[in-house]
Amino acid sequence: MNPTDTRNPDYFHKVVDCQWACPAHTPVPEYIRLIAAGRYDDAYMVNWKSNVFPGILGRVCDRPCEPACRRGRVEEQPVAICRLKRVAADHKSDIKSRLPAPVAQKNGKRIACIGGGPASLTVARDLLPLGYDVAIYDGADRAGGMIRSQIPKFRLPEAVIDEEVDYILEMGATRRFNTWVSSLKDILAEGYDAVFVGTGAPRGREANLPGRKEAGAHIHIGIDWLSNVAFGHIEKIASRVIVLGGGNTAMDCCRTAKRLGGSDVKVVVRSGYDEMKASPWEREDAQHEGVEIINFMVPKEFRHDAGRLIGVVFEKVKAEYDANGRRNLVPTGEPDQLLECDAVLVAIGQENAFPWIERDLGIAFDKWDMPVLDQVTLQSTAPRVFFGGDAALGPKNIITAVAQAHDAAVSIDLFCQGRDVRQRPAPHTNLASQKMGIHEWSYSNPVTLDLRHKVPTLDVAKALKSPKSEFELGFDLKLAYAEAERCFNCDVQTVFSSKLCIECDGCVDICPVDCITFTDNGEETELRTRLKAPAENMGQALFVSETLQTGRVAVKDEDVCLHCGLCAERCPTGAWDMQKFLLEMSHAGQS
Amino acid sequence: MTYLLKPKLHHPSLAPNALGYTRRDYEGAISTMCAGCGHDSISAALIQTCYELDMEPHRVAKLSGIGCSSKSPDYFLGNSHGFNTVHGRMPSVLTGANLANRDLLYLGISGDGDSASIGLGQFAHAMRRGVQMVYVVENNGVYGLTKGQFSATADKGSKSKGGVVNEDSAIDLCALALQMGATFVARSFSGDKGQLVPLLKAAFTHGGTAFIDVLSPCVTFNNHAGSTKSYDFVREHNDALNRLDIFFGKDEIVADYAPGSVTDVRQHDGSILRLHKLHDSYTPTDRIHAMRYLEERKALGQIVTGLLYMDATPNTLHDNLNTVEGALGILGDKALCPGQGNLDKINASLR
Ligand SMILES: Cc1cc2nc3c(=O)[nH]c(=O)nc-3n(C[C@H](O)[C@H](O)[C@H](O)COP(=O)(O)OP(=O)(O)OC[C@H]3O[C@@H](n4cnc5c(N)ncnc54)[C@H](O)[C@@H]3O)c2cc1C
Ligand SMILES: Cc1ncc(C[n+]2csc(CCOP(=O)(O)OP(=O)(O)O)c2C)c(N)n1
Ligand code: SF4
Ligand code: SF4
Ligand code: SF4
Ligand SMILES: [Mg+2]
Repeated sequence: MNPTDTRNPDYFHKVVDCQWACPAHTPVPEYIRLIAAGRYDDAYMVNWKSNVFPGILGRVCDRPCEPACRRGRVEEQPVAICRLKRVAADHKSDIKSRLPAPVAQKNGKRIACIGGGPASLTVARDLLPLGYDVAIYDGADRAGGMIRSQIPKFRLPEAVIDEEVDYILEMGATRRFNTWVSSLKDILAEGYDAVFVGTGAPRGREANLPGRKEAGAHIHIGIDWLSNVAFGHIEKIASRVIVLGGGNTAMDCCRTAKRLGGSDVKVVVRSGYDEMKASPWEREDAQHEGVEIINFMVPKEFRHDAGRLIGVVFEKVKAEYDANGRRNLVPTGEPDQLLECDAVLVAIGQENAFPWIERDLGIAFDKWDMPVLDQVTLQSTAPRVFFGGDAALGPKNIITAVAQAHDAAVSIDLFCQGRDVRQRPAPHTNLASQKMGIHEWSYSNPVTLDLRHKVPTLDVAKALKSPKSEFELGFDLKLAYAEAERCFNCDVQTVFSSKLCIECDGCVDICPVDCITFTDNGEETELRTRLKAPAENMGQALFVSETLQTGRVAVKDEDVCLHCGLCAERCPTGAWDMQKFLLEMSHAGQS
Repeated sequence: MTYLLKPKLHHPSLAPNALGYTRRDYEGAISTMCAGCGHDSISAALIQTCYELDMEPHRVAKLSGIGCSSKSPDYFLGNSHGFNTVHGRMPSVLTGANLANRDLLYLGISGDGDSASIGLGQFAHAMRRGVQMVYVVENNGVYGLTKGQFSATADKGSKSKGGVVNEDSAIDLCALALQMGATFVARSFSGDKGQLVPLLKAAFTHGGTAFIDVLSPCVTFNNHAGSTKSYDFVREHNDALNRLDIFFGKDEIVADYAPGSVTDVRQHDGSILRLHKLHDSYTPTDRIHAMRYLEERKALGQIVTGLLYMDATPNTLHDNLNTVEGALGILGDKALCPGQGNLDKINASLR
């Protein structure tokens, strides 16, 4: 292999698994260290800069960082990255003075954001401080999008949404709420310099089965029902409820139903338990609250008696895999099963809908009726119109919406300044030694054996009686510190200087996880087999040094490095050093 | 020196051995050696050896004298027995322990100062008595612990860190061990675990007096130009005789070597040592040849490493003394005090 070029920022960035996996590339270990140091305001601001909604995301983020977390490869569970974010939000003081103030001197450019969800709000946050005039349109009377209309209050209290949405609105956004946009042409006609479409994926998929119409009074589309609950239009449900679908919306439906009077709540899913789309923690919470999950059942019919719902008839299926390893659900041949119930919530997916975008504006749509976008700039085929969030690539999650909105804001800024939208600013990086003394580092390098700490919750019985009370209570500061200490500080990189190494083997012997090997160079797949521990995780890089004095190379498998710094402490010549790699994404207006 | 405790977390692929222990379970306290000291590599090699040999930690006794090398037993096999003797006196304490309890595996750890300077007499006698043990000298040519004075293994003409030239001639502990009658003699280098670990395994299964002289650079006091025990010097002058594989009953022995390039030696316990020859003419079962070869190569300025000599059916001190089976400590009253009748018989036989 060629010697590794660690000057390419992607190399060290990839080592920070959580940050690499975070769509917005939040510097996770950086804020976790700040939490451990009790610097909650600073930890909050690191988050606010990259993901805009730390208090919200610290409760409800889909947390793609956690399955990626290195700790999960060395012991059972990753660091509770998401819940630590909440700690920063819960325990900060008033940080308003650290937020950008409304800009007095505007730059004369006007931007319209259609939809007031996290995507549009992020665009507004990125552009307002640069002097843009940003108008946010939403059919609802307040901003927040699905964060406000869908996510149940027991997972995300209203006050948290208000606080973080207001931070942005108070930066001087023009509020066009209670304004449903029915024509993009009209908006464009108002002479905006650019338009951002952040209208989400607002339509819930239907279950067109026999009996749907007749029993319709007892069958609800999940996301419509949830928003009715969120806005106080619905306050109870019948006692026996069936939820169709296995995603997170289904989990919110069943848990909400449990709180609104559903005593017997079943979630019925086509697939097996392990293939369910809902996050494992959502499934566990639902089951913990007494929801029954039934798998491998496909709904066939809403059984009713002259419009009075009796139940749902299901066909039993099993998973079979074809030659290409693709899963097919095939009937088992057992008789169909009727599950009796009084109400059904249909949570089998969401769709985009752009009835308000005229098709003669130069915006191309593909065969799925989705806008054709440049994947990097998020610009549509009409140069003035940009998309982001669920409206751009279909329903995903908040953090993806935020990340895309950052990208779109960069594009909008470049576009409005008459610059090439494809010339993107590079991320900011910094690499600095953490050595303070022979055995002293400016980060906490001991590795704790603590298993993942559980977030305290309300007592289930109490929680079910109090639909608006937040179920999770968040870490207290003691637990937060203990959990923060579980982080390995993967951003503190092992940086190697080939010319200093005397090949004494000291680092090889001390490394607790057998990362380092001195051996003859070779081709990667072969080299991976003859390291001190086999390097089987192909998703993780091998670091290869320059050729050393004995003709061998030093090879480090990044996979399970604990970043404990023992190699650097044990090295007599300082050939290994622990250096902190900080990568911050460039947002609009930064170069 | 490292102050941070080595985290208990280990690589997910690290498998337990037949006893259910991982390699990490054979570690000891955190080392206080200077960073880069060869002694730490030897500790690591011993850890790997004991793990791979499925050794029960409580059946190993580590004995040592005084010196950096002699304190290293604290840093491996943290669940084994240990004894730090007076400087240079490890061999006699080990011999006594071995006589009292022949059921333990004895590991003597010493330094070149401990064994070749102050303890030379003890060393020589332990070698000639057939004490069943693995005796490792961590040889750096200096007294590391007392700040780098030349030891008796420092080569004539080599230079100290302060620039002083050594005028005394060096003791070659391997040559001495051969002469004294050790039944397993090898030399290796701390920086070559591929060679050292199989040698240690062979030594542990040898069944007699196994001596290994391991060159182990002192990074702090003897790793400069002009030293003949530095990493660079040892690497440049290392003249390896053979590579060793060791096979136990259950292992499959695959023979795909050119004829004459390997020699198999069956040890007393049935294990097979396979020697990959790097020097055609060398046979490690010929003691006189070994002694001559060592001297010849030394004259050429080379450091001969590998298995120098072994006797596959060694005699031990216990064989020679016809001692009782088992540890003395667990002999019952009846065995220890055979009664007036027996005493009378013995007395009569001496009249
Ligand atoms: C039940 C449920 C639970 C969820 N839970 C989570 C979770 O726990 N974690 C997570 O990360 N994600 C979750 N999501 C997904 C998440 O809510 C979305 O991915 C995210 O809100 C998308 O943000 P957005 O800004 O793209 O659009 P949205 O949040 O959908 O906002 C779009 C806004 O545009 C408005 N709008 C649409 N069309 C128009 C128009 N023509 N004129 C004016 N206004 C318009 C809508 O009223 C809405 O307010 C959940 C989704 C659902 C349905
Ligand atoms: C009876 C006695 N004499 C002298 C000393 C001082 N002393 C301590 S260690 C040492 C030399 C150790 O050298 P070596 O065995 O080579 O160990 P190293 O530190 O080099 O590994 C000496 C002379 C002592 N501790 N006891
Ligand atoms: S251990 Fe810490 S830095 Fe490493 S991936 Fe997990 S959260 Fe990120
Ligand atoms: S400890 Fe330092 S000098 Fe020794 S092998 Fe490792 S990197 Fe090289
Ligand atoms: S003084 Fe020399 S022998 Fe002693 S620990 Fe340091 S490097 Fe090793
Ligand atoms: Mg010494």
